Amino acid sequence: MKMLKTILTTTAAVALASAAMATDLTVVSWGGAYQASQKNAYADPYHAEHPDVNFIWDESSAEAVAKLRAMKEANNLTWDLVDVDAADSFRLCDEGLAMEVDPDKLLAPAPDGTPASEDFGAQLVNSCYIPQIVYSTTFGYRSDVAEWGGKEPSNICDVFDLKTFPGKRALEKRPINNVEWALLCDGVPKDQLYDVLATDEGVERALKKLDTIKDQTVWWSAAAETPQLLADKEVVIGSTYNGRLFSAIAEQKQPIKMLWDAQVFSFDGWIIPAGLPEDRLKAVEDFVKFATDTQRLADQSKYISYGPARASSAPLVGKHATLGIEMAPHMPTDPANSKNVIYYNFEFWADHRDDIDAKFQAWLAK
Amino acid sequence: MGATTTTDGPVLTVDGKPLKASLAKALRREKLRSFILIAPLLVFILLSFVAPIADMLMRSIDNSIVPDTLPKTVVALKEWDPKSGEAPGEPVYAALADDLKVAVKAKEHTRLGSRLNYDMPGASSLFRQTGREVRKLEDNGDYKGQFLAMDKEWGDVQFWSMLKVLSSEYTPNYFLAALDMKRDASGIHMAPPQERIYLFLFARTVFLSLAITFSCLLLGYPIAWLLANLPARSSNLLMILVLLPFWTSLLVRTSAWKILLQQQGVINDLLVWAHIISDDNRLVMINNQAGTIIAMTHILLPFMILPLYSVMKTISPSYVRAAKSLGANDWTAFWRVYFPQTVPGIGAGSILVFILAIGYYITPELVGGTSGVFISNRIAYHISSSLNWGLAAALGTLLLLVVMVLFVLYDKIVGIDNVKLG
Repeated sequence: MKMLKTILTTTAAVALASAAMATDLTVVSWGGAYQASQKNAYADPYHAEHPDVNFIWDESSAEAVAKLRAMKEANNLTWDLVDVDAADSFRLCDEGLAMEVDPDKLLAPAPDGTPASEDFGAQLVNSCYIPQIVYSTTFGYRSDVAEWGGKEPSNICDVFDLKTFPGKRALEKRPINNVEWALLCDGVPKDQLYDVLATDEGVERALKKLDTIKDQTVWWSAAAETPQLLADKEVVIGSTYNGRLFSAIAEQKQPIKMLWDAQVFSFDGWIIPAGLPEDRLKAVEDFVKFATDTQRLADQSKYISYGPARASSAPLVGKHATLGIEMAPHMPTDPANSKNVIYYNFEFWADHRDDIDAKFQAWLAK
Repeated sequence: MGATTTTDGPVLTVDGKPLKASLAKALRREKLRSFILIAPLLVFILLSFVAPIADMLMRSIDNSIVPDTLPKTVVALKEWDPKSGEAPGEPVYAALADDLKVAVKAKEHTRLGSRLNYDMPGASSLFRQTGREVRKLEDNGDYKGQFLAMDKEWGDVQFWSMLKVLSSEYTPNYFLAALDMKRDASGIHMAPPQERIYLFLFARTVFLSLAITFSCLLLGYPIAWLLANLPARSSNLLMILVLLPFWTSLLVRTSAWKILLQQQGVINDLLVWAHIISDDNRLVMINNQAGTIIAMTHILLPFMILPLYSVMKTISPSYVRAAKSLGANDWTAFWRVYFPQTVPGIGAGSILVFILAIGYYITPELVGGTSGVFISNRIAYHISSSLNWGLAAALGTLLLLVVMVLFVLYDKIVGIDNVKLG
């Protein structure tokens, strides 16, 4: 009896102690397969090493910018770490909603000792951003379209060629990427795209080119729509994030192929909200250091076809965790796929997004 | 309390006070008591609902970020005349250097850049880049030259005249932008035709919401009549069917419409299979206005049926019987006797559906394509994507005004006292 009491009191004491020590990290991401890949590659291994840290996932990354601003105004910051698209990180950084970080202090060096700032290199697009993956917005097409007579699109401009490749297109309901592709196929050289787009005439020129396929286009606002539209035969070719197309091709065995030509590279990564209290900040920094080291970023590619943002992770990319296929050929960064790439121009879009968006929406509504 | 009457002067109560005053006092006490009873709720609504909304709407004119971030520059700019066609002189640049040094320390300069970018595309990167180089500025009496060396934009007359226009604490610019207008140094004028969108979207939103309200009425009226007149057993079953959509998520219902209406969807497949249409002529019923009207009519139908039903429930069937016994045919009995009694229900249902419809944005975003989106889609974009909350607040205020004007019109035509929920 006495023995039992001792055991009971000690377990209770241990339970209480661990409860007092437990930290909850609220991590915000996109949900779906991408969040699952982060959970598998970063959070679960971290939790195995630090059982006292619990992860609470919130799927609000799409509204992260607005919600962080609202939290700041209400003075009630409930998030500890937020996954955002690089373009959003610029706005968060400009608004003072994201914390500025020193990559070499915060992030782990590569296994060979290369400091993080070099290992991530050009991916560190602003002083608040901690990149995880390189993704691309690119086209997928159905490989069984009878009207194409055995031809398959190989060039970005085939999207605008309704004669050779008849059928409906799916494009995103916003100007970004679409206007670049339109100008490219209207004969503007790649290095002059943004000089042309910075003028009113340039935007008009892009919209005029898009006019040629406007009545054959379905406009999407959620990236999941394109694979769905392709699978339903609603469209024959459409743009979306490359990972979504990978799921449709490799996991769902749909008759879809990738058109990697003129894919637009962008990044996705973490920001730490500005103004975290000291104890929470320490917990977050410790997790970020672990979650962005060379092995962890390489591990993520076992679950989703996005390229790791560290140079040192690339050689470690292996096979898919459940499908067992080699992931390298499905990566946007693979040499065979990245022969012709557009890099998302963050500075340009931060300046001109609202202006061009107004024109684009007015053009859409007509 | 007896009243004594005197031959002259007011009526007095027993204790000699005028009856009128004592009655007023009693009424005042009564009013105060009922006010105290509702005070907790009133305070709660004011604090948690009215105040935040008012605060949000205030953003549509608030422009304090400019004078707060560049206090000295704004004062120095008062001396400068945009009509001179020359960039401002050294004092303005010296003031700008002082202001920017403070702003960069507080990391406020990029916020100001984002704000100015709404009126001047390019301001965002100008302030971001200048912020990096502000430390290098030397106090050598030639700030102007140093700023121009950083970026030639700092010497642009148009930039400075726009900044001068935006110097005040409050600005009409957001409201003007919401009405497709622009304001710069030369005054207020319409935006170029290829950038006008908001007035058009307001008109479309009102038009489509009216169309949705009307189709809800057309479909809902007979169903409500059935519900009110069938025996309890079958009408209960029907009622469950009417309420069923409330138990499925809005997104699921919207996505279901996609699968039904798309060109390779269920309805088109059935029509092709029955040889009603050929395979090359599949109907386009989604990603356009038709899609928005169909999906939203389905979603809002219960809100029309329920008020109609509760009003029809109270109408005694003996009126129609009496009309018929006096020689009216079916149509006359319905139109002259039954229908007028259901008008309060029609009013309640229509107002409910219209006001809900005018603020919808998720459904139009998913099924509306390009011709079926609402003004609320742009409000959502400016709240959550572009972060231009000032413009979102201006659009929201205008939408509120539109609803109020329509409400007043309705009151003039139908009369608001004629609305009943049962």
